[in-house]
Amino acid sequence: MDALIAPLLNGSAQGALLLLAALGLSLTFGQMGVINMAHGEFLMIGAFAAYLVQQVIKASDLSIPVALPVAFVVAGLFGLLLEVTIIRWMYRRPLDTLLVTVGVGLILQQAALQIFPSQGVPVEKPSWLDGQLNILGYAWPLRQLFTIVLAVACVAALSAWLKYTSFGRRIRATVHNRDLAETTGISTRAIDRLTFFVGSGLAGVAGVAASLIGGTNSQMGAQYIIPAFLVVAAGGIGQLKGTIIAAWAVGVALSYFAYWTTGSLAQVLAFILVIVFLQLRPQGLFTVRTRSLA
Amino acid sequence: MTKSKSWLSLSGIGVFAVLLLAVAPLMLTDHWLNNLGKYCCWAIAAVGIGLAWGRGGMLVMGQGVFFALGAYSMAMHLTLETAGDRIPGFMVLYDPLAPLPMFWEPFRSATFTLLAIVLLPVIVAGILGYALFKRRVKGAYFAILTQALAVALAVLISSTIRETGGDTGLSDFKYFFGFVLNDPANKAMVYFIAAALLIVCLLAVWQLYRSRFGELLVATRDAEERVRFLGYDPANVKLVAFIVSALMASIGGALFVPIVGIITPAEIGAAASILMIAGVAFGGRASLFGPALGAMAVGWGQSSLGSTWPEGWTYILGLLFIVVVLFLPNGLSSLPARLAAARRKPDVQPTPVIVAAELEEVRS
Repeated sequence: MDALIAPLLNGSAQGALLLLAALGLSLTFGQMGVINMAHGEFLMIGAFAAYLVQQVIKASDLSIPVALPVAFVVAGLFGLLLEVTIIRWMYRRPLDTLLVTVGVGLILQQAALQIFPSQGVPVEKPSWLDGQLNILGYAWPLRQLFTIVLAVACVAALSAWLKYTSFGRRIRATVHNRDLAETTGISTRAIDRLTFFVGSGLAGVAGVAASLIGGTNSQMGAQYIIPAFLVVAAGGIGQLKGTIIAAWAVGVALSYFAYWTTGSLAQVLAFILVIVFLQLRPQGLFTVRTRSLA
Repeated sequence: MTKSKSWLSLSGIGVFAVLLLAVAPLMLTDHWLNNLGKYCCWAIAAVGIGLAWGRGGMLVMGQGVFFALGAYSMAMHLTLETAGDRIPGFMVLYDPLAPLPMFWEPFRSATFTLLAIVLLPVIVAGILGYALFKRRVKGAYFAILTQALAVALAVLISSTIRETGGDTGLSDFKYFFGFVLNDPANKAMVYFIAAALLIVCLLAVWQLYRSRFGELLVATRDAEERVRFLGYDPANVKLVAFIVSALMASIGGALFVPIVGIITPAEIGAAASILMIAGVAFGGRASLFGPALGAMAVGWGQSSLGSTWPEGWTYILGLLFIVVVLFLPNGLSSLPARLAAARRKPDVQPTPVIVAAELEEVRS
């Protein structure tokens, strides 16, 4: 029984991290149609921001809570810069945003490699993350629990923001019908910028979580980007609930596969699983019904 | 394509063939001829990407998979040829007593290896393409899925050290179908094979582009729904282009092995697949020569600047993507036409042709 439960706990935490990485993508890719391959590098920026915050605030107990909003803003500003300089010219050709952002990602990776030590930097874990919490007879490491709580908080905040604030309503209006939104006086350009800021900022938050679990180096973003995209695709475009379920499923699947086989084989199997799933449901778990073709 | 322009392209291929097969061997040292051979391998794969992406609108971001099928088929054969009756050295290193893995056994045969290089990519691309295109997976989804496959394959190879050599890859080949690889004359022969096959691939796409199939492919790229309404199945059209491009990537990979002398997961993974795309985007995805020349240019940059000035090269590569996609979506090959158009009518920009259909794909 233990053998079946342990990967489940571990996988839920892995899924939560994946969800954090995919959340921003589901906003920029799902809502705006921008395929941002530099999203992984924004995640990396968040992780490095956490490291830099720790250089200023030495006490790691305090620095991580401070790092979360800092990483959000820093990564968000990078995203904003990307939107204002490049993406804004490319809304009419989404597939090309993929190529452009691949280039941006390469540059950011190389810059990180030159600014920071190539073997990566240590992000110290706060002492309140040591230890375990007993729930239902199983010991949950607090570190994993923290990732899950952070993911849940981000999802809750994002969906509440989209649903109840006027910003959120404007974003949804712009996504559903850009022209009509414009006609009602919404500045769709400003909304684009805001959406991209928030989406990229969420990658920064994911970066802080990732820095507490794995290493912080220039390559860390690259390993998240493809799984995150697969999660968004499998979950269905423009749907937060699909992304949540897909991220959790992929995380748990990865964890069980890794338990039964090896870590790298688990990655291959999980990829194949998602690809097969997309065969069965090309539109993902949940779809927004439209009358458009194909 | 008008008839005269089509024949102009053919004579262009002729000039290119003379340059590659006659001028280059006379002008270049053995070292650079070998390098040129390596660029030819990338160019062969790039011609296929040009067909699938430039003409077919399928952004194939995982050509490394097919490159790997060809490359590892060839590398397994050459490793076995070098090892003779014994078990390859690297396998003995990890487990001295275990037998040769099952899937290696048939690669002892030269005929089987050559068949595998041709048939494996056709089968894999056929199954994958059939499944994806019939389900109307396209646009960004297709790109991400193919890229995911390249990542998965690279991870798989990295983790199976004993079966595939892992991250160190397969290397130290002494023989190439009976020829000693150390001999410069034999090295030159391998170059000639690569260059000749590049010319053959160019001729093949030249013929494809001027055929009805080529027109149908472009039509599918620009307005898939209209093609469907006209009674064609776009899935079949795309499938053929995808299979041909996979085959070319495999051939490029197979020749890469004897020319470079090593194959590792790094040559086939996500970064390598993106590098192949970079060359095609740079040269001009929809043109005949653009992909091949672009791939050769990027290949040259990768192997010269990439080793002497790696930081700078990565920045250049990144900027290349940004600048080309922003300002020259149809690559360098569209530059003369754009300049000419700008001179004639200074205020009218030629509209990019590839973009309209993509919008639908991602939005829908």
